Amino acid sequence: MELIFNWLGTLPGAVAQGLAWGLMAIGVYITFKILDVADLTVDGSICTGMAVCAVLVTNGVNIWIAILCAMLAGMLAGLVTGLLHTLLGIPAILAGILTQLMLWSTNLLIMGGKANIALSRIKYGDKVLISSGSSEIYVSLAILFAFCFVVIALLYWFFGTELGMSLRSTGCNLEMSRAQGINTDFTKVFGLALSNGVVALSGSLLAQQQGAADINFGRGAIVIGLAAVIIGEALFQKKTTNFALRLFFVVCGAIIYWFVFQTVVFIGLPTELLKMLSAIVVALFLGVPFLKSRVFAKKKKRG
Amino acid sequence: MLEIKNICKTFNEGTINEKKVFDDLSLTLEDGDFVTVIGGNGAGKSTMLNLVAGAYSVDDGQIFIDGEDVTKLPEYKRAKLIGRVFQDPRMGTASDMWVEENMSVADSRGHRRGVRWAITSKDRERYREQLKILDLGLENRLTTKMGLLSGGQRQAITLLMAAMKKPKLLLLDEHTAALDPKTAAKVLEITDKLIKENNLTALMVTHNMRDAIAHGNRIIMMNAGKIVLDIKGEEKKKLTVESLLAEFTKASGAEFSNDRALLS
Repeated sequence: MELIFNWLGTLPGAVAQGLAWGLMAIGVYITFKILDVADLTVDGSICTGMAVCAVLVTNGVNIWIAILCAMLAGMLAGLVTGLLHTLLGIPAILAGILTQLMLWSTNLLIMGGKANIALSRIKYGDKVLISSGSSEIYVSLAILFAFCFVVIALLYWFFGTELGMSLRSTGCNLEMSRAQGINTDFTKVFGLALSNGVVALSGSLLAQQQGAADINFGRGAIVIGLAAVIIGEALFQKKTTNFALRLFFVVCGAIIYWFVFQTVVFIGLPTELLKMLSAIVVALFLGVPFLKSRVFAKKKKRG
Repeated sequence: MLEIKNICKTFNEGTINEKKVFDDLSLTLEDGDFVTVIGGNGAGKSTMLNLVAGAYSVDDGQIFIDGEDVTKLPEYKRAKLIGRVFQDPRMGTASDMWVEENMSVADSRGHRRGVRWAITSKDRERYREQLKILDLGLENRLTTKMGLLSGGQRQAITLLMAAMKKPKLLLLDEHTAALDPKTAAKVLEITDKLIKENNLTALMVTHNMRDAIAHGNRIIMMNAGKIVLDIKGEEKKKLTVESLLAEFTKASGAEFSNDRALLS
């Protein structure tokens, strides 16, 4: 009985993690699903968001301005990837890796050469929005939920505008988009910047929630983001084509991911294995549609 | 309306795969001309359309549309003057977007895409009216994903999208080739209707000689990067497939080498 009670006690923490990572997954959704680009910049830009937020707050800057700056820094990172891809013709995946590598140095510079900057609410009080401990978990949950809500609402609006529509069509069909007068280089760069802005926002919230910015944070973040996108899609895809709801399901996917994570930790599985597990889960989900289509194709031939 | 002046184009220059498609090709289309283009395999029909649209750049020569020199304009900037329909029905529309979203993307062609809401109820009503013209029942399927429609339906909508902003020039690249004969006839009928109603200047590549004779006011025949036949007006109305083939052999000194054209 006590065991179940303890397990339930981990749930709010999982939801909080899920909400913060959900924003990051929304960023991944923008590139991976809408623009049809696998952008690896996010591993670096999530940490950039963290670093900028932590450095600014510890230097006495208002938290809202710090979050805004974190977002701008993330957008800048996306811009770099976008320009490497469109101006220099480097394949998107490689452009992302290059920016990611640049960001590791940049992040270290931002953090003044330190690998870790503490940012706890205990020390900084009201200067930090979200508490890292479990003491004010419900306040944290409300704030994180509000962030997700506002970001989803804004993106829903944006992707319904003419500019947003041109981003979507770029991801769907390049030839058609150019024939319809869309500068597809511009839309790609714009989408990458937008995506990494959202990812860095997620990073700035995670810095508060973790109580620190860490230079090694974000390694493999893309896999967690993809996992959230895929889980959200697998569970709820058939329910609706409404865009706002789809983004909401991505956040749900992130929450489920962290819920499973917490449970696995609770059971006592060594945490070193978790990244392996995440990668296997993502590989399976990405591979299943392909295998399915092959099996069905074979059946058709025989029939 | 369209003026192609002495254009040259060679692919893979300086390699073993070098292919010279055009060496000094010129063609002028008058305002309101509906020109059908026919020719053998590798004659350069599609390449000509792609050069006009800006998908490839010319090595030499100039292209004018409505008096404007577009030779150096990138493809997306030329789009404000040009409407296009491709051979592959999947190429002209975005499969993962709704019918009305596709139409809205076309509706924004030629002006800066800002953060204006893309589809208002007024737009939706307008799209519905335009879809009614097609007579395919698509006016009730505005929120259907494009990918769920048939090739003919997609091609018809692509046509509508191409004609939407009354382009100076409409480029049709074998746009009925991938359709079954009945659907192809329907799409051609819609093509005629849209060109007539909007008074468009059009260039239509086709592999079907009968279609090439039956549609438009002018027919050009291409062979090895040259225009070998150019027949317009009354004279064009008298053409038959046989006389056209005979003319071709006479003009080019070669047999017409397009299996699909001969079989259909």
